[in-house]
Amino acid sequence: MEIRLDEKVSLITGSTRGIGKAIAEKLASAGSSVIITGTSGERAKAVAEEISKKYSVKTLGVEMNLLEEESINKAFEEIYSQFKGIDILVNNAGITRDKLFLRMNLQDWEEVLKVNLTGTFIVTQNAIKKMIKQRWGRVINISSVVGFTGNIGQANYSTTKAGLTGFTKSLAKELAPRNILVNAVAPGFIETDMTAVLSEDIKQKYKEQIPLGRFGSPEEVANVVLFLCSDLASYITGETIHVNGGMF
Amino acid sequence: MSLEEKVKEIIAEQLGVEKEKITPEAKFIEDLGADSLDVVELIMAFEEEFGIEIPDEDAEKMQTVGDVMAYLKEKVGG
Repeated sequence: MEIRLDEKVSLITGSTRGIGKAIAEKLASAGSSVIITGTSGERAKAVAEEISKKYSVKTLGVEMNLLEEESINKAFEEIYSQFKGIDILVNNAGITRDKLFLRMNLQDWEEVLKVNLTGTFIVTQNAIKKMIKQRWGRVINISSVVGFTGNIGQANYSTTKAGLTGFTKSLAKELAPRNILVNAVAPGFIETDMTAVLSEDIKQKYKEQIPLGRFGSPEEVANVVLFLCSDLASYITGETIHVNGGMF
Repeated sequence: MSLEEKVKEIIAEQLGVEKEKITPEAKFIEDLGADSLDVVELIMAFEEEFGIEIPDEDAEKMQTVGDVMAYLKEKVGG
């Protein structure tokens, strides 16, 4: 069965590269209009144009910095001037500030919480206010395997990803009466800029923990997001799907 | 349009009920079929329409159409 998302409008935060971009491309390939956001408006616009040409769908690229409420609200003003609402929200934007806990300072902690949790809260509220009136919607939060396993050097990041699980489950309960399904996808180690910074040594160690013996690709995560957006997933809400090659 | 008419219109649109059913005694949840999300959306619609902020403790007391009319009349006049 081919999944089609024609007529749908999808907003994917942090979608100028990596997993976010792969998700945007996947949803566009199914016919959805896509809104690309990134901390660089220029880059977001370039990616939006690239996707528009490749898949012949309507796209919009906007600057959105999840550290600043003003930047988020401004982005939504622009979005709502071009689209009447959002059908699919993918909360993908996130940052890391990896450090061993003893060396982690308050700024490392607060910035990661602010972007990954507070930013997600503000974005979601902006999107839901209109989505709720449409009586159809999908919210997909991109979590991480480390939110379930923990990880050395990621006390801040793993905390936010575990937090997203509670956020996902609570929203699922609140929004179910409006036919809005809220789920999470928890990638394991995926080949992106975020994992490119890891040393070969560390990468090898991680690979040894992955039963499938390799890092995943952004597209392998995007496939699951597409499934959750489709009618095939119409009875799934509040759930996390793990895409991690079997590692736990 | 009078405040009363405007409020009725917002309620009718939000809850999808006929205006005749929107009497002062009508309770949003029991009589007009609203759920908790509808009530929140209604409060937000009033806030937007009349440019006011309705604190949660006030919103909780508004159970009937009459409660809302009285509250809004006091807040915005009309």
